[in-house]
Amino acid sequence: MNHIEAKLSPNMKSTSKLSRAFLLKLELRSHPTLLCVIRGALEPLMESLGFSEEQNRAIIRAVDEAVSNIMRHAYHGRLDQPIEVYCNRVQRRTNGEIDEGVEILLFDSGPAVDITKIEARPLDEIRPGGLGLHIIRGSMDTIQYKRAGRLNRLRLVKFTKLSRGNCGAAGDKSS
Amino acid sequence: MSNSPEMRKTLLRELREKGSRVILNLSGVAYIDSSGVASLVEGLKASRESGSRFILFGLSDSAREVLKISRLLKLFEVYDDENQAIAS
Repeated sequence: MNHIEAKLSPNMKSTSKLSRAFLLKLELRSHPTLLCVIRGALEPLMESLGFSEEQNRAIIRAVDEAVSNIMRHAYHGRLDQPIEVYCNRVQRRTNGEIDEGVEILLFDSGPAVDITKIEARPLDEIRPGGLGLHIIRGSMDTIQYKRAGRLNRLRLVKFTKLSRGNCGAAGDKSS
Repeated sequence: MSNSPEMRKTLLRELREKGSRVILNLSGVAYIDSSGVASLVEGLKASRESGSRFILFGLSDSAREVLKISRLLKLFEVYDDENQAIAS
């Protein structure tokens, strides 16, 4: 059992039953040099799922920003804390058509996030910092935060229309 | 994120020491995140305060997109290549 699994709450253990449907699971430490490892893993995966280059860049950008936020804000720059990244196929029905997409779940064991205090700064201010949330919002279709036991869970979803059979793994039908 | 502090330091030093114009070649930067953007914004602010020009060229699609999402692209002086940047 790894470090973060040892900390799993009952809620998280229930979530982990879905792991068979996940396309990819990464476990890493909160070291910034590992961000490129996540980007390097996601790029070919998203490409294989049929996302365009632009969509692929958007997904990678959002995940990179979200993981950076975990490193900075949840772990305050500590370099050895656990982060888990799960990727799963998802589907949604819109006007009778099925949109397929990817769901990315990020888990960290930092303190609970007070979402009422999270605010993206106004974009008309020309100053450094505070852009990460704008970048995530501007890149993904869905962003959801949830406290899952002693873990923070961030769910990012991006949809695209995919040709059937692009990827062999069976996906979870829920979004 | 991991390279931004060094880039920021170098950029601000160049803007302070090199006078009226600093041209930044981003063609080797395949990926830039919000901390990299923050360093560029600091450079932009420093150049405005000192009355110098801060010019970018060679932006990757990724860098262009992140500046666009942040609504910062129009604030920077951006050229496609080095010749255009130098001739500007």
